[in-house]
Amino acid sequence: MIEIRNINKTFDDRQVVKDVSFTFYKGKTNLIIGESGCGKTTILKLMVGLHKADSGEILYDGQNFPKLSINEQETIRKKIGMLFQGGALFDSQTLEENVQFPLDMFTDLTKAEKLERVNFCLEKVQLVGKNKLYPAELSGGMKKRAALARAIANNPSYLFCDEPNSGLDPKTSIVIDNLIKNITEEFNITTIIVTHDMNSVIEIGDNIMFVHKGENWWTGDKSQILKTTNKELFDFVFASEFMKQVLGTPQK
Amino acid sequence: MLLYRVFARPQKHSVYMRQIIFEINNIGISSLPIIVIISVFMGGIITIQSAHAIDSPLVPLYAVGFTTRESIMLEFSPTIVCLILAGKVGSNIASEIGAMRITEQIDALEIMGINSAGYLIFPKIAAAVFIFPFLIALSMFLGILGGYLMGVSSGACTAYQYIYGIQAFFDPGKLYYSFTKVLVFAFIITSVSAYFGYNTRGGALEVGKSSTSAVVYSSVLILLFSLILTELFINH
Repeated sequence: MIEIRNINKTFDDRQVVKDVSFTFYKGKTNLIIGESGCGKTTILKLMVGLHKADSGEILYDGQNFPKLSINEQETIRKKIGMLFQGGALFDSQTLEENVQFPLDMFTDLTKAEKLERVNFCLEKVQLVGKNKLYPAELSGGMKKRAALARAIANNPSYLFCDEPNSGLDPKTSIVIDNLIKNITEEFNITTIIVTHDMNSVIEIGDNIMFVHKGENWWTGDKSQILKTTNKELFDFVFASEFMKQVLGTPQK
Repeated sequence: MLLYRVFARPQKHSVYMRQIIFEINNIGISSLPIIVIISVFMGGIITIQSAHAIDSPLVPLYAVGFTTRESIMLEFSPTIVCLILAGKVGSNIASEIGAMRITEQIDALEIMGINSAGYLIFPKIAAAVFIFPFLIALSMFLGILGGYLMGVSSGACTAYQYIYGIQAFFDPGKLYYSFTKVLVFAFIITSVSAYFGYNTRGGALEVGKSSTSAVVYSSVLILLFSLILTELFINH
């Protein structure tokens, strides 16, 4: 479980995260949603330590991450898997080498054991037999799946996904969503997904935080979100005519 | 601060060693063709120019070989070849690390708990410091060989005069000076280029700017340190 308490972040004179608190539960797909530029990716980067919060607490199973020593932070980082928006696969390495990388760095497994683990992860993301391909040879969806395989290679306790569906067609998006949900439940991981994709929200939104102008504006789950009376959230969810027709417009 | 992280204790020696071997190939072996071509041609050119300049009957023709050896050993191979490598290797390092920065690959390393500066930069510095002396030694040999081929074939001097010239008044201490310069330049090229690449922010345009800055600053620093080391070794 990860808790964030009263975190704030300012870039130059612009406060992009304002006193945000939320709890991300283990074994559930926790979503941070909101419009582009609302601060959701910044919250994610604060949580994984890529940005430093001005104030507030980020608790990984009770341990306040920003206050830990570098060694203690490294111990937690080794339990983190992250799926970046663009995949962030290492260009100079094959798919197999990419997935094997965290195992090379942090385990003493034999070559055969590593290969077995790599193949297991690739099977999970439906990329069996693609071991020797380089990232440049993969499609957008395959890159996302490959990055997901790398993220889960070292049995993470926490999985962060930054807009896993961006740039993907709806069918592939659903595949990625389901993969993340299945992996979360199967391995009992605390998964945090940043997205603005309403399909994802409806498919896998177990625990949702809606961020508006850097603030935690609304919290709930996928069944509650469709009945919202919160104006900003309503405008976000029912931004398209299609959503209004498919889901039916609730009373404001 | 960046160098402190670069030289921090490696997290996994076997992975670092694998990277160093990869970089020896990437930085060193892949530079062989350009070094071979430039060295042979420059050796030939220096010999012809020397022979042309020595038109006094009072100066023996073995001076052609002597001048070629001194020019190549003291300045051409250690400094000029390193300037060329600053262009080739420096821009390669800056653009590679810069592209990794803008595509979040460095962030991915950091989140995994890996010292990205150490993992990405240290193997490049270690590989360059190891392989550059071999490349420059090869450059010296090929430069002198190129001078021999050109000098003898053009009739500027005889084979005997040239070989006598390259052996005349040889001071092994000057090799120490040359290779000290090479080690310093290897460190400058890799560390300066990696610094610019690592601190790239933005997009493809900024990667290009980092690459250009890496070559410019490396080249200026090479010339500056060449001057300083020459003053230290030759005059003292």
